[in-house]
Formats: sequence, structure tokens, C-alpha cells
Amino acid sequence: MADYVPHTEEEVAAMLDFLGLASLEDLFAHIPAALRLSGGLDVGEGLSEPDVTAQFARYGASNRATSETLTCFAGAGAYDHEVPAVVRALASRSEFVTSYTPYQPEVAQGVLEALFEYQTMVSRLSGLPIANASLYDGAAALVESLNVAAAATRRTRVVISAGVHPHWRDVARTFAQGTGHEIVEAPLVNGVTDWSRVDSSDAAAMVVAYPNVLGVVEDVGEVRRRASEHGALLVVAGDPVSAGVLRSAGSWGADVFVGEGQPLGTPLSFGGPYLGLFACTTDQVRRLPGRIVGESVDADNRRAFVMTLRAREQDIRRERATSNVCTNQTLMAVTAAIQLGWLGRAGLREVATRGVRGAHYLHDALVRAGGVSAVSDQPFVREFALRLARPAASVIDAMAERGILAGVALDSLTGADESVTTHPEDVLLVAVTERRTRDELDAYVAAFAEAVAS
Amino acid sequence: MTYEASPGGRAASVPLLGRDVEPTLFELSVPGRTAYQLRSTGVPEVPLEDLLPAEHLGEAVAMPEVSERDLVGHFTRLSHRQFSVDLGAYPLGSCTMKYNPKFIDEIVADPGLCAVHPAAPASMTQGWLELLVTLEERLCAITGMAGATVQPAAGAAGELTGLLLMRAYHRARGDVRRRVLIPDSAHGTNPASTTLGGYEVTTVASNERGLVDLDALRAALGPDVAGIMLTNPNTVGLFEEEIREIADAVHDAGGLLYYDGANLNAIVGVVRPGDMGFDIVHMNLHKTFATPHGGGGPGAGPVAVSSRLVDFLPGPRAAARADGSYDWVTPPQSIGRVHGWHGSALVLARALAYIEVNGSPGLTRVAQHAVLNANWLRRRVADILPAAYERPCMHECVLTAVPLKRAYGVRGLDVAKALLEEGFHSPTVYFPLIVDEALMFEPTETESPQTLEALAQALERIAQRAVVDPESLHRAPQSTPVSRVDEARAARHLVTTEDAASRQ
Repeated sequence: MADYVPHTEEEVAAMLDFLGLASLEDLFAHIPAALRLSGGLDVGEGLSEPDVTAQFARYGASNRATSETLTCFAGAGAYDHEVPAVVRALASRSEFVTSYTPYQPEVAQGVLEALFEYQTMVSRLSGLPIANASLYDGAAALVESLNVAAAATRRTRVVISAGVHPHWRDVARTFAQGTGHEIVEAPLVNGVTDWSRVDSSDAAAMVVAYPNVLGVVEDVGEVRRRASEHGALLVVAGDPVSAGVLRSAGSWGADVFVGEGQPLGTPLSFGGPYLGLFACTTDQVRRLPGRIVGESVDADNRRAFVMTLRAREQDIRRERATSNVCTNQTLMAVTAAIQLGWLGRAGLREVATRGVRGAHYLHDALVRAGGVSAVSDQPFVREFALRLARPAASVIDAMAERGILAGVALDSLTGADESVTTHPEDVLLVAVTERRTRDELDAYVAAFAEAVAS
Repeated sequence: MTYEASPGGRAASVPLLGRDVEPTLFELSVPGRTAYQLRSTGVPEVPLEDLLPAEHLGEAVAMPEVSERDLVGHFTRLSHRQFSVDLGAYPLGSCTMKYNPKFIDEIVADPGLCAVHPAAPASMTQGWLELLVTLEERLCAITGMAGATVQPAAGAAGELTGLLLMRAYHRARGDVRRRVLIPDSAHGTNPASTTLGGYEVTTVASNERGLVDLDALRAALGPDVAGIMLTNPNTVGLFEEEIREIADAVHDAGGLLYYDGANLNAIVGVVRPGDMGFDIVHMNLHKTFATPHGGGGPGAGPVAVSSRLVDFLPGPRAAARADGSYDWVTPPQSIGRVHGWHGSALVLARALAYIEVNGSPGLTRVAQHAVLNANWLRRRVADILPAAYERPCMHECVLTAVPLKRAYGVRGLDVAKALLEEGFHSPTVYFPLIVDEALMFEPTETESPQTLEALAQALERIAQRAVVDPESLHRAPQSTPVSRVDEARAARHLVTTEDAASRQ
């Protein structure tokens, strides 16, 4: 066993003596004896570091990680992007890793300035002027956007496109049990939201995904018109990499942008910790959830950064706060700032463009080969949905034997029902990133032909 | 016990290269400069215009344009303007800024863990599922609970999850309840989460001993009370000794007890929330279980519950099958997902590694030495910063600067800022709200007696300055990368992006 307590026995004895106590147990004498554990915890006796490392190496070996022997075409909000050594090295600096929320700005300018840069980047990606310093993940950002919209409009109904990630909608339904928001879901038809199927009057927000879970880019302008007609806020759920080629949420007239920031330098990590992106118009700044960093000056009139608009936050407003967020995803936000700094203007465009090119190359080749059809004939970005003649899960298994993670079975996402498309169990979501080579795409096509035939 | 003046744990010995501001990455940007390099793919370079309709195409986004060398220089210089646990003692009360063991950094860098796609089929993620099941078992053993969810991404998310579980439990019994009781000493997240959970907050006063007033609690209870949220030890650093009586009173009224695990470090391996009578427990893994705080996240806030609440837990949960393999299972009356995937998986892995290396004896030593350090510091500095409550504290001590304020006009904030000059991170200031001029110190178990002594001596020097030159304390800190920041101006002239900055 190992622990990280530095005290020697002599030191403990001296400290106890200073306190007039005889033993460490005496420190807990005021806790009723009947409550105190007598036999210790049932968690083992402790192991050495190398033994624990070996235990975790065994866990790792029992997983199939994406690698040269398992080429990743899975997406659905989590993507296999290039994260170079320079980004990993900078993001793992212990000053960033082992600090806490920058409550004392005099000794936290490093994190604060990096967050200011991150906010600027999210603002530019979204085309909206205000971005916060991060939320837990894309799903959490969606939930917060609904709360902002409800507070801004004093309404409780929200209309969400079924093209929003099924897990995000699932999370939104969970938290609506507490807020009492009524969530109405507008189904997809041919991969595009059919808003006419639901009543959007009295909506606090209308939420559209751009691109949606099937990879399709929808007409956000139409949602903007409907939202304006009903006095609802427009929330656009976007993908930060696709934003490198698409029109920005702000240019479509969005009031709020939410997104999953994992593609910006965070590894797949089995789903977390990820990064919730949140940006909005200046109208909503007083309702902004979570932390935000602002620029100011120090007592010597030098530029300095500090957490600001603190009066919105839970530790001050308590039960009147519109969000309970305190700990966020600062390290992922700092990582995103480093990754976007590394990519730069040209690199982000290139990564996004390659995703679009690769996805279309693969899509066209698979459809041409036959045996599958596209779920939608609408324009898509870096991910697309195929309808197979058999359950997608079985094809994923067969492709995995051939060294390819073929994609995500739509019905494996909880909440992906017929509102997305008919027979979701037969639908495969396929994503292509800048890391996929033509050889890998061609190998996919060949393996796919075998897998669907087997 | 006394020591030679020692630099133990202080960051003041770090050479400061200068106090010039570091330009932002945007200010370092030069059009056309690049750092990125990507794989050679050979995918045909079809023009975007042939693939996407024009109405969807946007311009390239104005990201900074810097060289790799500039990128490294910039973020390395920023890191030099940042205090951290690795640099020096960080006695920030309520935040448990303990040392984060380095071997765990390597464990979670294993591609077998960090390169796994969250939607990969269970057959391909058996290692991850086993890890999550094992962690759940450990967390239940530590808290005395029957089942857990690892989905909540942080403590506040855990709180809200717990409140929704409370709600689902009552509703399933056809029982409509609208109020949740919260002591006046509680963290602000408790009342904020309660509102978001659809409940009204009833505040319960603390007594003069800093504990829940049992009579006030009984008076507040009623058939419309869904439950109570408690932190034990509470935010004043004191153990609620009448916890069994509190639990009985709440349970008798049909309510549930929620345990805010923010202060679990004080009691881990000593007493379990389940044995105190709690029904729902959230844990801040980034506190008690030593996962790094990351400048303010990521965290992880698993929630463990007693048997009567297990069926309501968020799903899907990792579970063992009879044949020894693992799969995802959604509890029958699940409240639904509370996270986009499976929670902060890599943070969860870190916490399990920490639990495994410590084991039962190590975790008990954690609580014992955390409490020892806090009590020692409390007594050591009692002459200058008296404790708000004169009784044994747990893992943190709430001191008050009222004497310094009365005698010399030096406030708690001044002491906190002066401590930065001494090379220590500040304690938490002005919390809990029920203590005037509060300074909340949480040394944690990983700081040595030498470091505590150095901290005490630093506080003594500050108290001396209060006598001879109180004005200098109002100007502190001076030796830090920036001096005191004008927070009012930041809120009044809101500049939160480079673009807003350049508009000024």
C-alpha cells in the first residue's frame, strides 16, 4: 500500500501533543462512537503504484481502442482528430492541471488569459459576441440554453428538433423533471426537421442541430423565421469542427450556440471529460450560465484578467440562481485554446474541409457499391447515415473483425427512436475526420462489402 | 512544536522573471503563419463548393496564426503566471487541494483507456465497464450505500441528480412534496440545485455552536418536506454530532437525507454517510480522491444511494452479467441520462487508481492527517486569527479576521492577498456566509508539518504588518504577476473577448 501523507510518526506524536491528544483516533472523539467504523472499509488493503498500473493496463487491454488496428469511423459527437505532441505537452503542464478555479486572479493570470482566448475562439466559431468559460459537455450546454431561454421569455415550452443528439435530448428530458419545462420534439423527415408537425407557439426556445445527428445541414433560416414569429429564442447546436466551413450560428441569427468541444484537442476518452461550448448574444449575458472571464486592470494599471459577472452565480444568488454550475471543464477549454492556436485559421479550415471531402468520398463509394441507401438526400458535412439491409450493430461487429470501427449504430444511442428515422436499428452513422487516408476509405468499402454479405 | 524558518511548501522562492503582461495569442498572430501538420491522406481534393450548397458555406474562422515555437512560448509563459498545487501549498478551504499522484497521469494516458470511443459496443469496451463497476463498488463501500451512478460530471451535477432521485422516489409513492431544507451554512450550490430540482428552499438556522439547530429543524419539518441537504462535517468544518437525531427526525417526517460530499475528505474511512442515516450521497472525486482540479475542472460527481433509490438511478449503468462479462443496464424506473455519455470517464479512472493504491488503511490515514493538520493550524495561529467556533474542527478550520479588522482595519481579504506574497495560495475568504471576516483554511493531509509551520509564520508576519503598516496590506499583493485586480471595472466595462477588447 501507498499513501501520500508525509508525516513521520515522531511528527504526528508532537502534533498530537500540541493539541493535548493521545492518538489520531482522539481527533474523532466527538463523533458518536456507534457511528464510527471499527473494521475499516471494504476496499482492499492498498496496492503499490506499479501494481495499480498493472491492474489498469489489464483494463486497457480488455478494450479495443481506436488505433492502427482499429481505424475509427465512429462519431456521433465524439471524433478521432489529430492531437499533436505540442498540444498534449502544453495542456499537461502541471500549472494548468493542478490549479483550481481562479478565485485569486493575482496568481491565476495563466488560466484566466487562456480562458479569455478560449472565449474569443468560441465567440468567433459561433459568430456570437459572448462565450462562457465552458460547461460540462454538449448535453449540459443544451440544458443550460433551455434554462436561459425559459428565463428570458418567461415561458416553459421548448421545441427541440429530433436531429439534436439523442443523448442530449435524453439529458434535457431528465432535467426538465426538475424545472418543469415541457419538451416538444419535432421529428426528422428525410433527415430534415419537420417543424410543421409540432405546435411552436408559446415556445421559449426552438433548438436545431447544425449539422444534425445524421450529419445533415438544415435550413437554419427557416427555424429563425419560425422562432421570430413565435417570440422564441433560436438555439443552434453545432459542431466546432464543421464550423470551420459552415456559416456561423450567429450569421443564421442564433440567440444561443451550444456544442460539444471534444473535437478541439480532447481525446475520445470513453466519453469524458469533454467540453460544453456555450455562446450567446449580449442580450442574454446576465443570464449566462457558468463562469466568464473579463479583462480589467490591476492596481498598477496593467492589463489583468479576472472572473466577472460573478453576481449571476450560485454562490452569490443561491436559490435565485438560474444555474448551479461551479466546477466546469477549464482544462479542456485551455486545451481547446491550445489546439485551435496550433491549427490556426488555415488548419481549422483544412481539418473541416478534409472531413467533408472524406465523408463524401466514402458515402458515394458505399452507395455506388450497392446494398445500402442514404437515409437522407440532403447536404451533409463530415458524417452521414446509411440504411442497411440488416441491423447496424451486426455490421459493426463484422467490420471490427476486419480492423475497422465502422461507425455508430443509431439505435445504440439511447432515445434514438422513430422520430429520427424509421427503423433506427438498421441505420449506421459514419464519420470521417482529417486523419483518414484514401487507403483507409478504400479498405472500408472493401470490408463493408464483405461484412454486409457475411 | 517549532521549526526553523523554512521555505517548506512556499512558492515565494520561485524566481519571477518579470511582471510584463503576456500578449494574447491573437496579439502574437501574424497572417499566413502556421503551426499545424496533418497526415498525408491522398483523398481527392474536391472543391468544397462541389460538396456543399453555397448558402451553407462560411468563411475561414479567424483563429490565431502563430508558429509552434510561439505557441509553446506563449502557453509556457502563461503557466509561469499560474499558482498550482505542484508549486506550493494551496489551503483553499472547501476545495481539498491535495497533492495529485503522478503515476495516475500515466495510467490515463494509456490509449487502451483514452482512445476508446464512447459509442463502441460493450463487447469492445469490457475493460472500461469492469473499471466502472469496480469504482461503483468501491464508492458504495466508502459511503455505505447500495448503488451508484458515475454519470454526473461534477459535484453540482451530482446534487441536481440527487434531488431528481429524491423527486422520483416521492412521486413513485404518489407523494407530492415541495420543500427541501438547507442549513444557512450550506454551499451556494445546494439552494441553486434545489431550485433547479423543482423544490422550494427552506433555510434552517445554525445554532451558536455552528451546528444545525435541532429544534429549528423539527419546527421546519412537515409532510411537504421532500428532504434535507446536509454537509457533514458542515461548511464551518464541524461535525454534526446530532446527525442520528437529525436523520430520525427527517425520516419520521417521510423525508430523505442528502449528503453533500464536498467534505468527505474529513471522514473517509472513519465514518460512512450511510451509517449516519443518509439516503443519497454525492462525491467530488476531484476533492477526496485526488483527481487534479484542472484550473476549475474537470471534476466528477458520482451519486451513491441507499437500496430504496437504486431503481431510480440514471442509466445506462455498467453491470456484471452472470457469466462474468459486463454490459449496460438501465434501471427500471431510471430518471434518465444526466450526461452526454458515461460521465467524466478518465476522471473516474483516476479516482479508482487513487482508491486502489490507498486501500482502506490509506484512506483512513487521509482523513486522520487532514483533520490533524487542520486542528494543528487552528491552534497554532489562534492568537492572531481565532477560530470562529472554539471546538475541534475536522479537515478545515474557519478562522476570523475580526480582531485584525477592529484593531487595525485589516480585513480578511487583505490577509488572503498578503498570503499570496508569502508564496502560499489564499484560503477561501468570506465563506461560510454566517461567519464575519471568514478565512477558511484546508491544509489537506499532503502538507507536511514544516509547511504548516511556514504557513503559520507567514500569517504571523502579516499580523505584524497589520500593526506597523496596515496600509501595505491594503495594497497587497505586490510580488505577484499582477497586483490587485479591479473586479468592479471588469463587470462594468464588460470585455470578455479579444474582439470586444479591440473595440474599446
